[in-house]
Amino acid sequence: MTKVAYREIAGQSAGYWAAVVACALMAAVGVGSAFYMRAEGHHVTGMNNQIVWGMPHVFAVFLIVAASGALNVASIASVFGRSLYKPLARLSGLLAIALLIGGLWNLVLDLGRPGHILAAVLYPNFRSIFAWNIYLYTGFLVIVGFYLWFMMERRLNPHTHKVGVLAFLWRLVLTTGTGSIFGFLAARSAYDSAVLAPLFILTSFALGLAIFALVLVAGFETLGRPVGARLLARLRQLLAVFVAAVLYFVAVYHLTNIYMAGHRGIESFVLLNGGIYTGLFWLGQVGIGGAVPLVLLLRRVPRDDTTRLRRSLLAGAAAVVAGGLCQFYVLIIGGQAYPLKMFPGMVVRSSFYDGVVHSYIPRWPETVLALSGVAVAALIVLIGVRLLPFLPEGLADEVVSAHGARPPAAEAETAKTAVGA
Amino acid sequence: MNDERRGQPLIDAVAGDEAPDSARRRLLKMAGAAVALTLAPGVTVLARDLVLKGGRKARSPVRYGLLIDANACKTGCDACVRACQDYNGLSHDPGPDNAQWIRKVTITDPGTGFTRSFPVMCQHCEDGACVDVCPTGASFRRPDGIVLVDKHRCIGCRYCLMACPYKARSFVGRVVTDQRPWAPRGKGTAEGCTMCVERVMAGKQPACVAACQKAGHKAMMFGNLHDPKSAIAVRLSKVATTTIRADLGMGPGVHYRGI
Repeated sequence: MTKVAYREIAGQSAGYWAAVVACALMAAVGVGSAFYMRAEGHHVTGMNNQIVWGMPHVFAVFLIVAASGALNVASIASVFGRSLYKPLARLSGLLAIALLIGGLWNLVLDLGRPGHILAAVLYPNFRSIFAWNIYLYTGFLVIVGFYLWFMMERRLNPHTHKVGVLAFLWRLVLTTGTGSIFGFLAARSAYDSAVLAPLFILTSFALGLAIFALVLVAGFETLGRPVGARLLARLRQLLAVFVAAVLYFVAVYHLTNIYMAGHRGIESFVLLNGGIYTGLFWLGQVGIGGAVPLVLLLRRVPRDDTTRLRRSLLAGAAAVVAGGLCQFYVLIIGGQAYPLKMFPGMVVRSSFYDGVVHSYIPRWPETVLALSGVAVAALIVLIGVRLLPFLPEGLADEVVSAHGARPPAAEAETAKTAVGA
Repeated sequence: MNDERRGQPLIDAVAGDEAPDSARRRLLKMAGAAVALTLAPGVTVLARDLVLKGGRKARSPVRYGLLIDANACKTGCDACVRACQDYNGLSHDPGPDNAQWIRKVTITDPGTGFTRSFPVMCQHCEDGACVDVCPTGASFRRPDGIVLVDKHRCIGCRYCLMACPYKARSFVGRVVTDQRPWAPRGKGTAEGCTMCVERVMAGKQPACVAACQKAGHKAMMFGNLHDPKSAIAVRLSKVATTTIRADLGMGPGVHYRGI
């Protein structure tokens, strides 16, 4: 049987170094922005006492949700035994770690007092889903780190399945926890829904796979390593299923809200008359993030037409990413823009902007901080693939097919001997 | 998986696949372990809270609270708001990023035209969302019912601002000047009405209540809700009152009449 060979990238090209320097610079700008916000106070941002969480949180939640989803490819291989995906498992683990660190970067640097973050570890309040998430996030990094080690160390390979199962279950709990940050906010009409947890899980499936596909296909093209039509077709199909599942949960979330009379206000705000939020929902989240990728990914393409398969996968995945950002913008910013319902049925006015739709205009400090989280994730991937053999040398059809095929008994014996030795 | 592969101890060193039965058993075992590992800390803490503290609902002899009579509160009067700002060193400017520990809210029934104006501040809830969601426990409730923020523990995540149904928490987004020794504030931390805790400890009334009485409106009453002889408890037993968003079950310590 053909064994998959993994190799570090050379990382000598000008393009590689340009990407590394650009990401490092962006990360540094993010740190600078955090210092500026800390020194001046958050009034230099577009966030205030009405729109409490802004751009950094949109990107942070996006990255954290995508992180857990990026691990799915590895899970499909290790937990569900689909060998086709096994050569992709290492990259999947690396992306999961990188995206999560990028998201946490945003969250921590946006804190009012980032230097006091240790207080969350020293004095945890376990009634808070935030406190739970701190453990879920750090636990995820440790478990995926072990998972990668087990995948890369030949002697530990036979135990990869166990760590893979643990990582898979952990990521489900993690995304539930992230969704619950909002789902537990009973006071706000947009968030008070248990559907948010499964919606976040499904969104993570789609976003994680989309980002994985983008990195894999674009990266391999740059490196000149082949990706076969079989793998491309499979990724296309899987992404389409995930996108459809997200749309289903989005529909359930909104329909249940519409059914409950008390939540109709927020629904008409998001779906009909919320201005930018309505536009972003229909055009961004549902259109670009749902309908466009479904058309691109489900359109019939000849099985051996690698170019068209690749193009449609890339375009579909990019649309899913753009739609995902719109989804979190609508949920996080739109959910806060809609006024709190303190006195249902009453018209409310006050000096503290009660009863009015709040406006949010992101300013540069929080915007560059938000983008720096993405840069950090990219930087980790760029450095990771240069230092360690995360990427297979090729994913041509014959490689993945041979790898995915059942090994003859004789070869199994050989493998056993090799491990025993 | 197929039948040919059953019973083989080790199949593919690279793939690391396992026989289906064993894989299933392992999956279940790992699932159980992961769930136990995830739930154990929370369950332990909840159990400790409930067992060692004799349940969260144990009645403390003191619970400070307020009764606000919207029928007596005068539209246009903001004596309580001014008194709070002056006493606690807060800005008079109602900018979107300035703190407002107390504000006058005007509600109007669009069907009937019924209008009332009254102050809203931290409702000092029994089971406040701000206390529950705070990751560090910086947001806490004293045994006498006053809800405060420990500035040393607050990391500035603003989750309490997201969770409070009364919009009673503010975030300090500017360098603070003119601080009062009794009301320390900190840039980058959350804050809200302290019920003028140091005045209360000194046997005085909160600044807003004192100002309302001085203005002659007597729309605000302060006292120990758990002392049946206190003026506020007697009043609450005689007139119909309500709390804002009582449906959320947070047990606010601020009661309203006439809304």
